[in-house]
Amino acid sequence: MADEKTHIVSSFDEELTRLNNIISQMGGLAESQLISAIRSIVKRDSELAEKVIISDHRIDALEQEVQDFAVRLLALRQPMADDLRQVVTTLKLSNDLERIGDLAKNIAKRAQVLNQIPPIRPVQVIPNMARLAQEIIKDVLDAYIEGDAEKAQRVWARDQEVDDMYNSLFRELLTYMMEDPRNITASTHMLFIAKNIERIGDHATNIAETIYYRIKGEDLPTDGRPKNDAANFAVVEPNE
Amino acid sequence: MAVVSQSAMTAQPSVASPKMTARDLNLSYGDNQALFDVNLDIVERQVTALIGPSGCGKSTFLRCMNRMNDTIDGVTIKGEVTLDGRDIYDKRIDVVQLRARIGMVFQKPNPFPKTIYDNVAYGPRIHGLVNSRDELDQIVMTSLERAGLLKEVKDRLQSPATGLSGGQQQRLCIARAVAVSPEVILMDEPCSALDPIATAKVEELIDELRSNYTIVIVTHSMQQAARVSQRTAFFHLGKLVEVGETDQIFTNPKDERTKGYITGRFG
Repeated sequence: MADEKTHIVSSFDEELTRLNNIISQMGGLAESQLISAIRSIVKRDSELAEKVIISDHRIDALEQEVQDFAVRLLALRQPMADDLRQVVTTLKLSNDLERIGDLAKNIAKRAQVLNQIPPIRPVQVIPNMARLAQEIIKDVLDAYIEGDAEKAQRVWARDQEVDDMYNSLFRELLTYMMEDPRNITASTHMLFIAKNIERIGDHATNIAETIYYRIKGEDLPTDGRPKNDAANFAVVEPNE
Repeated sequence: MAVVSQSAMTAQPSVASPKMTARDLNLSYGDNQALFDVNLDIVERQVTALIGPSGCGKSTFLRCMNRMNDTIDGVTIKGEVTLDGRDIYDKRIDVVQLRARIGMVFQKPNPFPKTIYDNVAYGPRIHGLVNSRDELDQIVMTSLERAGLLKEVKDRLQSPATGLSGGQQQRLCIARAVAVSPEVILMDEPCSALDPIATAKVEELIDELRSNYTIVIVTHSMQQAARVSQRTAFFHLGKLVEVGETDQIFTNPKDERTKGYITGRFG
């Protein structure tokens, strides 16, 4: 982080900075992949969806780069304390960001299917949910770059909003499917898309926890936000 | 996800029933003060590592613990060092007896120019710990075994100790220290003259010895401190800056100076 003293061995600083830069780059890519995937649904743009699917390998490659570089750093520099937490953190962050990339790719794949069938109404909720997830990713990456543990903690708490949106969308889609079985194909894809966004929110939460640990050296206090994925228990009875 | 558990987070400057303690320890070489108000507890049957930059007072502190500084001219020591609650600087303490209870291993292996057998037998002989040759043989064998050296030297106990390799010589010195059944073993950079293989053997030995002895080790290698110790104390400019569980010190030090030193951001 910027306010810290530099290392006696300056190339060590350069290596840590490089590791940070790759993470920032990965974060930016994951964010834009999600935006494009959602846009491909809203605009019914299968070409854009194809682009998202093809671009995913760039995030994968960066994850590999982080892993190789971090292992090399661990072996050659034997980092301690802050530095050790920094290196271990980048390994975990790259993993979560890579998963976010995968989920965005998955959304794009389903967009290609959705674009071939008539649109259904709940499609409007998806962009709102995605916007929220995207904001969370952006804020959590800012918290990382600024080294702001409190910000990471605030972002962590916001994942609840994504979960709530997912739960209400889940119920709405169930109703649609019961109203007219012809909605089932589109609704099911929609449901998976929503689930993917919800999972993206979970990964952003992981990232927030990792950042908190990186800065404070202790786990983020996890009481206060009960994790309730109500969709797991939802039952909708058909109307008589 | 944390590398350390929450319980390991709290540093413990003092502990319940320590084997040794230092209280308000001040030491000066003439006008140069080398230690300032050091307060430190040494936990029984654990390895305590003392780390810090050169000239920070860690070796001076180690030498205070079995009165090795007594012989240096112009040294003044104030404060208290206790072993099992008794002040070792008390006038009634027999220093020779004290050093039998608190053994020491030095940076460079320093075997006597005698046979391997006689090196180990020397301590028990001068302290009058044995009544018969059989008993002495037994002590020599057990000590060499404990120092992990017996297998390598059992066929040449009457050869000169100086013919051993550096790593073997250092383990012989540890066998020599162990032979008088000490309670505490002080080690002043015991591996700094050894190659990585010999170092690993000595570290393995330290790990085994801690089930029977209380060990205090001064080391310049932070990786070594991290590998062998349960508690780590960081010294800087003659002061004890921070002491705590080793995993806490190396993953999440509380003091900026400790952090600077172990991450290589010093000065």
